[in-house]
Amino acid sequence: MIVDLQRFIAVERPFWSELERMLDRLEAEPDLRMTLSQLQLFHHLYERTAADLAKITTLSSEPETRRYLENLVARSYGEIHETRDKQRRIFPLKWFFQTLPRTFRRHVRVFYLSVAITMAGCAFGGLAIAFDPEARPALMPFSHLLQDPAKRVAEEEKATHDRLAGFKTTFSLELMTHNTKVSIFTLALGMTWGVGTIIMLFYNGVILGAVAVDYILAGQTKFLLGWLMPHGVVEIPAILIAGQAGLMLALALIGRGSRASLRTRLREISGDLVTLIFGVGVLLVWAGFVEAFLSQYHEPVIPYEAKIGFGAVELVLLCLFLSKSGASQNPEPENPDE
Amino acid sequence: MKTSSLFIRTPEGIVFSQLLAGPVTRFFAWFIDLLCISAAMTLLGFGLDLLELVNGNFAAALYVLGYFVISIGYGIFFEWRWRGQTVGKKLFRLRVVDVEGMRLQFNQIVVRNLLRFVDALPAFYFVGGVTCWLNPKCQRLGDIAANTIVIRNPRVAEPDLDQLLAGKYNSLRQYPHLAARLRQRISPAEADVVLQALLRREEFDPADRVELFGELAAYFRARVEFPAEATDGVADEQYLRNVVDVLYRTRGEKPAEKAATA
Repeated sequence: MIVDLQRFIAVERPFWSELERMLDRLEAEPDLRMTLSQLQLFHHLYERTAADLAKITTLSSEPETRRYLENLVARSYGEIHETRDKQRRIFPLKWFFQTLPRTFRRHVRVFYLSVAITMAGCAFGGLAIAFDPEARPALMPFSHLLQDPAKRVAEEEKATHDRLAGFKTTFSLELMTHNTKVSIFTLALGMTWGVGTIIMLFYNGVILGAVAVDYILAGQTKFLLGWLMPHGVVEIPAILIAGQAGLMLALALIGRGSRASLRTRLREISGDLVTLIFGVGVLLVWAGFVEAFLSQYHEPVIPYEAKIGFGAVELVLLCLFLSKSGASQNPEPENPDE
Repeated sequence: MKTSSLFIRTPEGIVFSQLLAGPVTRFFAWFIDLLCISAAMTLLGFGLDLLELVNGNFAAALYVLGYFVISIGYGIFFEWRWRGQTVGKKLFRLRVVDVEGMRLQFNQIVVRNLLRFVDALPAFYFVGGVTCWLNPKCQRLGDIAANTIVIRNPRVAEPDLDQLLAGKYNSLRQYPHLAARLRQRISPAEADVVLQALLRREEFDPADRVELFGELAAYFRARVEFPAEATDGVADEQYLRNVVDVLYRTRGEKPAEKAATA
C-alpha cells in the first residue's frame, strides 16, 4: 500500500527515467552490447519498475503514470526475455551464397511437393491440349499464346524490326515486378491452409504444359526451348520456391505431427519465409532481364542453339547453387523435414 | 472471449496490458497510408516527367520500379524505422508489436506486410477486416502469420477537476491515512464511475440524480469509513466530490492553496 503517492513518484521517477534512457539507446543501436555491470543495472531497473507498476496498478488515480510504467515494463520485457538472435548487419553476399541455399535445402522436401503439384498441372494442361485442341482459349489466358505456333514462329523469324526497341528496360521491369507480385501472392496464399498456393502452382503448371505441348505438336520444339529456356530455367524455379514458401506456411498452420503451438510453429519458419521470398525476388530480377533482352529475339538474330545452350548453363549453375552453395561451412542438419 | 486488451504476465508475476486496435481504426490508418503512397507516387511522377524529356524509356521503367518499391516497401520501411508505426498508425496512435511482448523482428514486419496480398482480397481489406473482427486479438491473417498485434495508445483525457471541485473544503483530506486507504481500495473502474456521474450530473433528472448519488455515496462510505466529524452534514453529492478530489488530485496543490501561496 502506498500512503504518500507524491513521495513515491518523486523517489521512483529517476529510476524510471534511467530505464527509459537505456531502452531508447538499446532500440536506437541494435548492435549495442552492454557490459556486465550495465546488464545488471538494466535488470535491476526493470525489476524495480515492474514492482512499482504492481504497486500502482491497484490505485485508481494516476492513469497516466500507470500507462507510462506499463509501457516501460513492456519494452524492457521484450528486451530481457527475447531469446531469438538479435538482428545484426546483413552481408548481402554471405546471405545470397550461404543463407539462401541453406534455407532452401532445409525445406527441400516442401520444394519437391511444389514441383510435384506443378508437374501435375503440366500433365493436365498438356493432355488437355493433346486431346482437345479446342480448349486452348480456356487454358491459355494470354492472347499471344492463342496464335498458331507455326504461324507465330514464321512471323518471329521474318521480323525485320525490333519490337521492343525503345522500351526494353520498361518491359524488363514490368516482367520483374509482375512475377514478384505473383510469387508473393503464391506465398501469401499459404494462409488458406495451402489451398490457394496449390491452385496457383497447379494453374501455372497447366499453362506451361498446355503451351509446351501445343508447340511440340506443331513441330516447334526447338523454337519453344529457345524461347522459354533462357529465362524460364530461372523464372520457373523461382515460382516453385515461392510455392515452397507458401506450402511451408500452410504446413506450419496445419501443424500435423508437431506438438509445438501454432505461434511457435509460425515463429520458427518466419525467418526462412523471408529469406526464400527475397531469394525469389533476386532470381526474378535476373529472369526479367534475360526475358526482355534475350528470350524475345529468335533466329536469325540469335541462333536457337546459343539460346538453348545459355539456358542449359543457367540451369546447371542454378542447380549447383541451390544444392551445393554454402554446404561446406554448414554446421547444422540441412533437412529437418526428414 | 474477445476483449479490447491483451494482458501479458511476466515471469516475475507482473501483468501489463496492451489495448488492441479494432478493424475500423486500423482501416482509417490504412487509408491515411494509402494517401501517403499516392502522394509519393505523384511526386515521383512529377520528377520523372522531367527525366522523360531526356529518356522516355528509362523514365517509364523507373516509374514501374518506383510504384512497386513504394507500394510494397512503404509498410516495411516505416514499421521498421519507426518501431511498428507508419504515418497512418502514428496519427491514430497505433503500433505493431509482438504478440508475446517480445522485440519486433524485421522478419515479422516483412511477413505481415507481404500477407497484405491476401488480407486485401477481394477489395478494401475485406478478408483482413473480417478476420480482424472475428479474431480474439484483432489480428488479420498477416498478423497471425507474423505473430504480431496492433495496439493503440490513446491519449488519456484529463478531467477538468478544477471546475468540478473548485473552492470547496474537503473534510476527507484531514485524514491522510484514510484518504490513502481510499486510493488503494478503489479500483480505476470504480473511480471512473463516480467521476463520470459528477461530470454528467446535468444530464440526469433531479430525482434520479439524488437517488444515484445516494447509492454511490453509500457504496463509497462503506468501502472506507471516515470519522463522523468528516462526513456528518456533508451531502451525498459533495461527499462524492470529496472522494474524486482524494482519488484524482494526488499531486500538486489545490488551486485555492496555490492562490494563497502566491
